[in-house]
Amino acid sequence: MKIAVERAYGEAVEGEAVVSEEGFSPRYDLDRWSGTITKPGHKLEGTSLRDKICFFPTAKGGIAAGWAFYDIKWKKIAPKAFIFGVTNPVMVQGAVFAGITITEGWSPQPQGLVRTRDWVRVDPAAKLVEVMRRRQ
Amino acid sequence: MRLSAEERAILAGERGEAARRALEYQVKVGEFWGAERFVPVTNVHMMGDIEVMGDGGLAWLKDTAGLGARCAVATTTNARCFDFAHCAKLGQDAGEAAKERELIATLRRMDVVTTDTCINYQTVYQPHLGEHVAWGDTGTVIYANSVFGARSNFESGPAALAAAVTGRTPEYGFHLDEHRKGSFAVELRATLDDLADWGAVGKLVGEPHQSYFSVPVFHGYRRSPSADELKHLGAALASYGSMGMFHFVGVTPEAPSLEAALGGRASPERVVITDADIDRVYASYGLGGGDARLVVFSGPQQSLFEMKQLAALFEGRKVQDGTQCFVTTNGAVLAQARSLGYAGALEAAGVTILEGVCFYILQNLSAMRAANGWKNLVSNSAKIVNIIGAHRFNTILRRTRDCVDIACSGALR
Repeated sequence: MKIAVERAYGEAVEGEAVVSEEGFSPRYDLDRWSGTITKPGHKLEGTSLRDKICFFPTAKGGIAAGWAFYDIKWKKIAPKAFIFGVTNPVMVQGAVFAGITITEGWSPQPQGLVRTRDWVRVDPAAKLVEVMRRRQ
Repeated sequence: MRLSAEERAILAGERGEAARRALEYQVKVGEFWGAERFVPVTNVHMMGDIEVMGDGGLAWLKDTAGLGARCAVATTTNARCFDFAHCAKLGQDAGEAAKERELIATLRRMDVVTTDTCINYQTVYQPHLGEHVAWGDTGTVIYANSVFGARSNFESGPAALAAAVTGRTPEYGFHLDEHRKGSFAVELRATLDDLADWGAVGKLVGEPHQSYFSVPVFHGYRRSPSADELKHLGAALASYGSMGMFHFVGVTPEAPSLEAALGGRASPERVVITDADIDRVYASYGLGGGDARLVVFSGPQQSLFEMKQLAALFEGRKVQDGTQCFVTTNGAVLAQARSLGYAGALEAAGVTILEGVCFYILQNLSAMRAANGWKNLVSNSAKIVNIIGAHRFNTILRRTRDCVDIACSGALR
């Protein structure tokens, strides 16, 4: 199963998927000391993003991502990639600064096609995201 | 991207390694967004504090300063995470405070003017129509684009600093005419007599239209809104909707009419905001066990007129024992508020005024919440009610007068 993305930056990476129905902000949602979503009521509350390939439909907020992505990469709790439906400049500025792979725009939509804990590969040069293995 | 001779020279290292790295980084960001060229900027406003930067960010900043990075244009800083006069009382970490001082010194070495404010647009610099700037936080950007008609994208700390060093930013997003037209119309039939009401509008419009490039056009309102009202509207739109611009017909410079603001297109939907909608926002917050021990006026920092209003509302009253009430503002406003007696009135009522910070950015906030046993956070700022979630507060939006009543009675309603 392959998903085409519109814009992409970074190195090709593979990892376990986390698929969110909700948008993302490192300031609003993420505990930047553990790498876990801690916002009460967030559908991914309690989920660690460390080394994950994170699918988010939208970006929320916020200027913080610029430094925050670098900070969580420094702490070795960063995701391997962000796959956004629609993102904002800050997420891109932050990911590029931290050296985290990032993409925007998807066809088809991953919700329902990619499941959390599937193993996926992101290839920014080819503008493709591919499910390599389904979760057991 | 098409680069000018000057930009090619920067990439060749003719303005030093720091400028070369900054431009190289900007090219990568610009290419992601399909920018064709750079535009010069006249002013930069950047976020940089130890809470969000961490040790890695501080190390990077010191390295960059060591490479000779210096601002090519006037550059100011956003609110930070310590008011050093209060950090011990708040239980903040002395080691982190020392790092914050080191960070501030490093920024100053790079010729950054450390204003520590998220209301630079009210107190420091007001760009003109069409002026290209590179600003963050989001509240500053949406105000610049919308109210001044200036042009900025959300610029994160590293991106803003890169713009400060190179004096330019990639031309994409709100620097381009094509992204500045309204996406949909919002008729404002609600009364909107309190700043929190304006934040509630931002929540109602932002949440269901979450997109950076979505530009609402407000129309039909009964009077001309004030700068503080537009500030709370913009901050909430940026927070709930990640939006970078709005129009307000007859108020903002690129909206002489609804038709002009929409670029001649019809609005794809009809959104109307009434008093009943605003009331539903206030009714939507769970009160938990009724904890009313934390009331905050912050996010954005308070203007002089907000300080004046709060001083009048707290006059002759006292914050209830066991409840803490915080107001945050910048140094310039605080100095005037002191000379005018507003700060004294607030402090006499038991309000803690923090300078140069925003409450949600405070270092050690999660531990502070736990140490104080705070469950609920009550505020008249729709932005802070939204943004502080990762610290696990239950947040409640209330009108300004109600917030003061809650602070002085210790009773939540």
